[in-house]
Amino acid sequence: MKRKIVVFLIIAICFLLQSTLFQALSFASISPNLLVVVTSSFGFMRGRKEGMWIGFFCGLLLDIFFGPVIGLYALIYMYIGYLNGMSRKRFFPEEIRLPLIMISVSDLACNLLTYLLLFFMRGRFRIGYYFLHIMLPELVYTILITVFLYYMILRINQKLEATEKRSASKFV
Amino acid sequence: MKVKRKSKFHIPTRYILLILTCLCVVLLFLSQALKLPTGPLNTVAGYIFVPMQKGISTAGSWLADKADNLKSLQKVQKENEELRALVAELETQLNTVKLEQTELQTLRELWELDQKYPGYEKVGARVISRGSGNWFSTFLIDKGSKDGIEPDMNVIAGSGLVGIVTEVGPNYARVRSIIDDTSNISGAALSTQDYCVVSGNLISMNKDQVIEFAELSCPEEVSIEPGEQIVTSNISDKYLPGILIGYVQTVEPDTNHLTCSGTITPAVDFAHLEEVLVILEKKQQAQ
Repeated sequence: MKRKIVVFLIIAICFLLQSTLFQALSFASISPNLLVVVTSSFGFMRGRKEGMWIGFFCGLLLDIFFGPVIGLYALIYMYIGYLNGMSRKRFFPEEIRLPLIMISVSDLACNLLTYLLLFFMRGRFRIGYYFLHIMLPELVYTILITVFLYYMILRINQKLEATEKRSASKFV
Repeated sequence: MKVKRKSKFHIPTRYILLILTCLCVVLLFLSQALKLPTGPLNTVAGYIFVPMQKGISTAGSWLADKADNLKSLQKVQKENEELRALVAELETQLNTVKLEQTELQTLRELWELDQKYPGYEKVGARVISRGSGNWFSTFLIDKGSKDGIEPDMNVIAGSGLVGIVTEVGPNYARVRSIIDDTSNISGAALSTQDYCVVSGNLISMNKDQVIEFAELSCPEEVSIEPGEQIVTSNISDKYLPGILIGYVQTVEPDTNHLTCSGTITPAVDFAHLEEVLVILEKKQQAQ
């Protein structure tokens, strides 16, 4: 229960920051994607199931407020969380390389899918331009933010796991 | 994990994924095909997140104000001296302008120029969130259905068109701006009243801060020049007629020699949008 509340708070804060503060702090009208970092991190830290649910709710939140249709982002983020969860066995907390790679790939995948489904389908074919001027800057910005945000999420998760273990051993 | 294995109704993650995927796809089709109102979701999410967004954007603009204050203090002192000199000079000019102003006023009344946006009832709203991601240019305002806002209402700022309300929650509304890649407006050149299609474009907006127009009929004798005002046309089914969209930046004849296309600088500064006006009248009702 405690975990659910904490995760909800993390998602809410990231969503709010992403849609207000970071839009104001955008460089060349590009802002980072915090929700992908949250989804992806919980995916490889906690496994497929939790990644899937967190991705689903992050996406749904985006859909309700900003999505062109309900369900599209929920679908994309859900699969991002699920697929990230598959690499849980290779995850070690001290290693930053795997998280960086996974989050980068996730952000890129998320943007590519958005482009394909919402731009390419409408006849906007200049993928080169979109890649260089939208996806790549967002990727760089997101990676920069990841370095801070990832450690925060990692600490919070470790604290949560510690309290969960304590209360579990109490019952046994 | 131990507890979960013991419980009888444990569904493998794979199947949950499948179920959720189906749910999303169904939602997708429902919301696209039937224009399904997302009422309950909107209401719940609106009550949770909109107050927080309001708070952050208020705090943000307060901070930005303070930062600006500090930065500009030194500048202001220097400027103050220069301005004092200017004031004296301007005061003499002001008197002549005042005379002209009264003249203009009477002329305006004569020509009924103040009837540009005739008696539309408007309501002011604050921009509380600027969308997420970099693909679309939508934003949220802090007025919703409780304040009488409905989808398809026009949104303006100053004298220019900002966009259109696309979705409404109880205490917030989503506005799609005219620079959004999916936005298409029927416009008209002010001087010739020739129709054109104004469409937002992410690439041109990123590169030069302009949007595109196309299919403007321009016979050779009447040429549209840069600086020409483009307004919303009277044949548009969602936009009220005569609202300023922007000024023509570049114009080029198409290969068919019948129409022109080019770019428009929007009349509104979308980067610093803080307050907007929503026109409470819809095109469908107005007619």
